[in-house]
Amino acid sequence: MDHAELVTAAQAGDRQAFEELVRQTYVDTYTLALRLTADEEDARDVVQETYLRAWKSIKRFRGDAQFSTWLYRITANAAFTQIARRRRHRTESLEGVNEPVDVRPEAQPEEMAESRADLERVSDAIALLTPKLRAVVVLKDVYGLPHEAIAEELGISVAATKVRLHRGRKRLRDLLFEDGRSAHAV
Amino acid sequence: MRYEDVAELLPRLLDGNESIDAATLAFIESDLRCQAELARYRKLLRTLQQLRTRYLEPSPGLLAQTLAALEEASERRALRSVLTGRRIAYGAIGGAVAAGAATAVLVARSRRRAGLRLAG
Repeated sequence: MDHAELVTAAQAGDRQAFEELVRQTYVDTYTLALRLTADEEDARDVVQETYLRAWKSIKRFRGDAQFSTWLYRITANAAFTQIARRRRHRTESLEGVNEPVDVRPEAQPEEMAESRADLERVSDAIALLTPKLRAVVVLKDVYGLPHEAIAEELGISVAATKVRLHRGRKRLRDLLFEDGRSAHAV
Repeated sequence: MRYEDVAELLPRLLDGNESIDAATLAFIESDLRCQAELARYRKLLRTLQQLRTRYLEPSPGLLAQTLAALEEASERRALRSVLTGRRIAYGAIGGAVAAGAATAVLVARSRRRAGLRLAG
């Protein structure tokens, strides 16, 4: 059965069909959750919360978007809730959440111009963004969600998502390039 | 116009140039530093897009935990719906009993009044 058939069955109350959807999508969901939270434990919680919410509201999925896109939005929403909860618990500052890591190429010269290493380095740099910037960069530039959907999930205006996206890209550029002259850094 | 004046606009150009005026665009197109920087942003965007299909493997047990959480939630839901159904049924029975009792009281009162009127 493909996603559409499984979704239809799940909407009719077939939990086995929904569990099959979970099996087929949980790695993707975990990947997004980890990119958004930058924390493995949080990402696992987000995955569970995402599927609980999805099961609860599967009847409301109308099929006008892809199931994966619908799931991304639930994942993003669950991740924001998790990040907010963690912030309350750990009184974590929104600015500069992680340990500083040097992601410039000269810090890892052996990895220069390696495509796989480029991906690693960009992944590391994403994790260094503040949660607000990270959310928009990941959802827009990695997952291709439209600004309108991101704005809705974040509870901000479309203009604000654009500002955050451009700031996020600029911050990534600063993290990845020493002084704007190392052309092979990414 | 200098590079520093337009540097902040460059990340916006990845989404199109509608919001940038013609003079600024002309400068960006002719300035080598801007072009080099734009090339860097484009490469960054391509790398970000490639991350979409690069999956991160969760540590073992996540699938089993997620399925168990779903099962637990489903059981809770089923139990809640049974309890809600019973509550509604008990409520309806209670309501019917109360309505019956109230009617009986009213009937008894009206009979008593009628009896007093006849006696008077």
